[in-house]
Amino acid sequence: MHLYNLTLSRPSAITCAIYGNFSAPKVHEIVVARGKVLELLRPDDAGKVQAIHSTEVFGIIRSLTPFRFPGAQQDYVICGSDSGRIVILQYSKDKNCFTRIHQETFGKSGCRRIVPGEYLAVDPKGRACMIAAVEKSKFVYVLNRDNDARLTISSPLEAHKGSNLCYALAGLDMGFDNPVFAAIELDYAEADTDPSGEAASEAQKHLTMYELDLGLNHVVRKYSEPIDNGANMLIPVPGAGDGPGGVIVCAENFLIYKNVDHAEVRAVIPRRSSLSGERGVLITAYTSFRQKQTIYIFVQSEYGDLYRVTLDYEQEVVKELRIKYFDTIPPAASICLMRKGFLFAASEFGDHSLYQFSSLGDDAADAGVESSSASLMETDEGYQPVFFDPRPLTNLEPLDRLDSLAPILDMKVANLADEEIPQIYATCGRGARSTLRVLRPGLAVTEMAVSPLPGNPTAVWTIKRSAGDEYDAYIVVSFSNATLVLSIGETVEEVSDSGFNGNVPTVQCQLLADDSMLQVYPGGLRHIRPDRRINEWKAPGRKTISQATTNERQVAIALSGGEVVYFELNPQGMLVESEKREMGGDVACLCVAPVPEGRTRCPFMAVGMYDGTARLLSLAPDTTLKVLSTQAVGATPESVLMLDSPQSGREGTDEGAGSGALFLQVGLVNGVLLRTEVDRVTGQLSDTRTRFLGTKPPKLFAAAVRGERSMLALSSRPWLGYSDQGKFNLVPMSYEALDYAAGFCSEQVPEGFVAVAKNSLRVIALERLGEFFNQQSLRLRYTPRKFVIHPDLKVLAIAEADHAAIPLAQREDLKQAAADAAAAAAMEADQQGGGEAAAQAAAAAAAAAAAAAELVGPEMGEESAAREEQWGAPKGEPGQWASCVRIVDPVSLQTTHCIEMADNEAALSVCLVNFDSHPEHGTLLAVGTAQGLKFYPREAQNGFVHLYRFLDGGKRIELVHKTPVEGVPGALAAFKGRLLVGVDSLLRLYDMGKKRMLRKCEYRRLPTRVATLHVAGSRIYVGDSQESVLFMKYKKADNQFYVFADDIVPRHTTATLHLDYDTLAGADRFGNVFVSRLPPEISAQVEEDPTGGKYAAETGLLGGAPNKLRATNTFHVGEAVMALQRAVLQPGGRELIVYGTINGAIGVLYPFTSREDSDFFQHLEMHMRQEHPPLLGRDHLAYRSYYFPVKDVVDGDLCEQYPQLSADKQRAVAEELDRTPGEVLKKLEDIRNKLV
Amino acid sequence: MASLADRFNINAQLEHLQAKYVGTGHADINRFEWNVNIKRDTYASLVGHHSLSAYHAIAENESIGRTKYSFLQNMLLPCGLPPEKEEEA
Repeated sequence: MHLYNLTLSRPSAITCAIYGNFSAPKVHEIVVARGKVLELLRPDDAGKVQAIHSTEVFGIIRSLTPFRFPGAQQDYVICGSDSGRIVILQYSKDKNCFTRIHQETFGKSGCRRIVPGEYLAVDPKGRACMIAAVEKSKFVYVLNRDNDARLTISSPLEAHKGSNLCYALAGLDMGFDNPVFAAIELDYAEADTDPSGEAASEAQKHLTMYELDLGLNHVVRKYSEPIDNGANMLIPVPGAGDGPGGVIVCAENFLIYKNVDHAEVRAVIPRRSSLSGERGVLITAYTSFRQKQTIYIFVQSEYGDLYRVTLDYEQEVVKELRIKYFDTIPPAASICLMRKGFLFAASEFGDHSLYQFSSLGDDAADAGVESSSASLMETDEGYQPVFFDPRPLTNLEPLDRLDSLAPILDMKVANLADEEIPQIYATCGRGARSTLRVLRPGLAVTEMAVSPLPGNPTAVWTIKRSAGDEYDAYIVVSFSNATLVLSIGETVEEVSDSGFNGNVPTVQCQLLADDSMLQVYPGGLRHIRPDRRINEWKAPGRKTISQATTNERQVAIALSGGEVVYFELNPQGMLVESEKREMGGDVACLCVAPVPEGRTRCPFMAVGMYDGTARLLSLAPDTTLKVLSTQAVGATPESVLMLDSPQSGREGTDEGAGSGALFLQVGLVNGVLLRTEVDRVTGQLSDTRTRFLGTKPPKLFAAAVRGERSMLALSSRPWLGYSDQGKFNLVPMSYEALDYAAGFCSEQVPEGFVAVAKNSLRVIALERLGEFFNQQSLRLRYTPRKFVIHPDLKVLAIAEADHAAIPLAQREDLKQAAADAAAAAAMEADQQGGGEAAAQAAAAAAAAAAAAAELVGPEMGEESAAREEQWGAPKGEPGQWASCVRIVDPVSLQTTHCIEMADNEAALSVCLVNFDSHPEHGTLLAVGTAQGLKFYPREAQNGFVHLYRFLDGGKRIELVHKTPVEGVPGALAAFKGRLLVGVDSLLRLYDMGKKRMLRKCEYRRLPTRVATLHVAGSRIYVGDSQESVLFMKYKKADNQFYVFADDIVPRHTTATLHLDYDTLAGADRFGNVFVSRLPPEISAQVEEDPTGGKYAAETGLLGGAPNKLRATNTFHVGEAVMALQRAVLQPGGRELIVYGTINGAIGVLYPFTSREDSDFFQHLEMHMRQEHPPLLGRDHLAYRSYYFPVKDVVDGDLCEQYPQLSADKQRAVAEELDRTPGEVLKKLEDIRNKLV
Repeated sequence: MASLADRFNINAQLEHLQAKYVGTGHADINRFEWNVNIKRDTYASLVGHHSLSAYHAIAENESIGRTKYSFLQNMLLPCGLPPEKEEEA
């Protein structure tokens, strides 16, 4: 089996974000690392964050920092990655991609202990950068400009110190003195050799300054001083006239200002009053910004609280350090303070946000809690803490949210809503930010307006008042016997003074270049001149106009009977008939492209004929309406459209073979869309690609998307064809079927579509272009662990559990809130007074009291959910669990029932089971729970398996009974009418009893812990949490389990997927995906063996099984894969493997159907490795073989970067493959179309 | 037959490796040293791979920042105190 890996939706978690001006001066942008993807984001004027560019780097991005020369206006990006190299990137605006300026190798690849890459710091004056490892190694590179202002990089200067751990790194602002870098270091050498433990307890973190002597070109360890042992982060403070210089050391519970020859200034970090005394407050993100003479420093704690840090200083002496509680937002991996008063927060888990400052928190009215170094109180138990209570957002206003699936914890693909293609159900997020998301391939669409129309319209257009206008003025709707003209203003209303004839249906309408309007109706043309004079052209004899196409200067009509008449707008503003031609058959559709800029006419017209051909006619003056080429399309064309390919004619986009070409798109009655390249000079047709769009014949319309002419194809669902980074993308829109559409542009909807569907007129707009899936979500209470889909009742059962969280029943804050609400309701009722009102009041109060008694989860109400999401759930003790089991109706996406677990139990596994012994119960839901689970070391007081029965058609569940299992039930599976439970390292078979389940069989010698279970026939496939997968057999006669095959490599299994009787696909937490297969001869032997291999199992080697699995495919995805599913993602498509990762990426592994395809892509991949090495210098082959050598998996993500090669490289690669670049692109497009 | 000089040379090479790469073993390495080394490598890898830190952070319900910090803290004494040195026999 050969697989093709393709990422459908890039990782959505952000691991690191930096702010700067990357593409041009004064353009405020953010560069984010999404694990293995580097992305440039830019908030637009409306505060929506747009992704400008996104590229996979085939490596792990560990650190990013912006770098700028003094006086320069643009930033470079320095990247620390796992490639053992330092890479400096510049964003090239022309090519719209990152270009590598420098790449210097300093060590081995991989995220190693002593290979730098984890920490990066730059000198604020842009002269040097330091890159450091977790231990020992630090390199300094001197950066400079040469005569042409190009960036130069020196050879590295070492600043190593053995057995020293590094916690943080920062570049200090020294003005134009020698650059100095500060690091928090800890020396472990003594602790390692002292058995008494004295040295370990005395181990002290130091703040060390490294000075780069630019004169002598070497680095010295200039200063090293003990620092608080909780230190974890450094914030450089502007110096050299702009501030005091030095550094703020973030430590657990404290911020400490330090500088050389400066006394320590210490302030406590205010802490939440609800926080237990044993927990510290750790700063995990900071951002700073200097504007004129003010220094803004914001820090965020691990709980999400934002603080503003202020330094009072005179010259270089800091007098006071103040920390003021600012606001609370979800904990972020990075926060970026931007000019224009934006704050970008890249959340650790869940959606990212952009906020706007409404105040800086320094006005007197803001009663934020503040702590200061001046009021620091030392008591016997340490320093006096300062408390605050989190409050709703006061200084920040949310502007935009970026969807993030991270982390995907479980995922299933099923068609529960009875749609054309199955939906992906993914449980995402953590704690209070957990969600269940339903993903459908397609662009998300916002419905701006829907209004009913009298009767069923046949067509709709938008038309501007004059060519220079920005917005559309009229919507023209045609019915079968009338035309309605609506004017677009504050409201949309009918007008009669437009000059259009309202008593006839309209075939086409157009604003011509001289601002006159044209209405084509079956009886002729109505040309409405700007001064409202009307010229009419009548169709000759009894012929009517059946089809028409227009642009600003050209009009072509098809008369019934197959005659095409062509008009042009002459300089006097008159439409002049210039040519006429019999086509020899009826014309089905026509299309002429807009007039290219600087020309007087478009040279081609496309005509679709009922005889099943598409013809290209010339419109050039001497060969008007001459047929240039004909293509037999196999069915009647429904619609034709001429479309320029991506970004043709724009400066600097000469890269990419497809650009500059003209394409003829033909929608056929059988639902197929043909796309054929048109030679711009001769009009010859070549290189046809086909795509099935749906069951209705696609109607094609042109509309502007991102300012470019794009295609809307309306079949049984709407599709959008647009260009993205040099590629033509054809993607479905998540919207119902439309009958007719046109582009729409107004003040409220700058870029949208107006469409008719049955008897309604709709205005719709696209949300984020480029997102592969559109999502709907349902909030959950705790981190989802596993879920199952009941295939008959079509409901989801989700197990949710959170460690160190407070269960609902003990949430005093919620009880308080509920009681308050009850009191308020009672009060309100009291005020109303009167007999009836009083009775009502009593009822309301009773209801509220009941609500207070029986708490509902915070996710149920909008307000409480928003608060919980902003503040996070309160923290509990280690070993304390909050958990629930939830039943969700996937169609309405609502929780129908939720059972909170009691007694510190955590629901960790679920499955559906039918017991043969008790058929009267039907399908039961089994939930495995662990009681009092603790980590480091991992231990649990007990474990249980709860059995629930479904009630009310699956709306509710009811406990049947629960059975203690003395361990953590990590996985459950129904097996031959009984229940298999993986309890720690045991495998047990249970049957149902009256009061509890009954143990039937047990196997005790599994290596570590059961993580996954699958069954087929009498085989059981066990995924072990450290030792890969084991194949087991159950022998009914002996009532015994035994292992007959296992794997030869250790893998920390996170997910497995049963492919066939002998084959299992799996994933481990290091980011590998593999397919393991039992060789067929062994499989047959095991089946034929009368003992079933039982005795052979006892003679296994070195405690292992007698037979070994063979890995047929291995591949490194780059981040932990949490779920694997088999699915068909397109009607009539092939089955493939879908995976979801912890960083929120969704990808597929597609089995090649032919040897030819597999060979082709293997070779393409090989050439791509040569010609297009990954951006951050990681070797592609080595990356995909991170833990195990890659085997029989072709990386489609690399192949899909082919269009980004320069044209000559594309040609060279294509030649090596004996093809043309067009054919290679077609292949790439074809395989993508096969998948989704 | 390797000459005496060669053997010195090999020793010198080994010393060079030990100086350059932390964790390069030697003939007299004991169980504790080996373990400490493995654990430090592991923690460094957990900190370096963001997705692994996230994996642990989800299990423990801590922030990723806190998880990475505690991994780094654990690198000081990853296996507890070193054993008493045995007297040379």
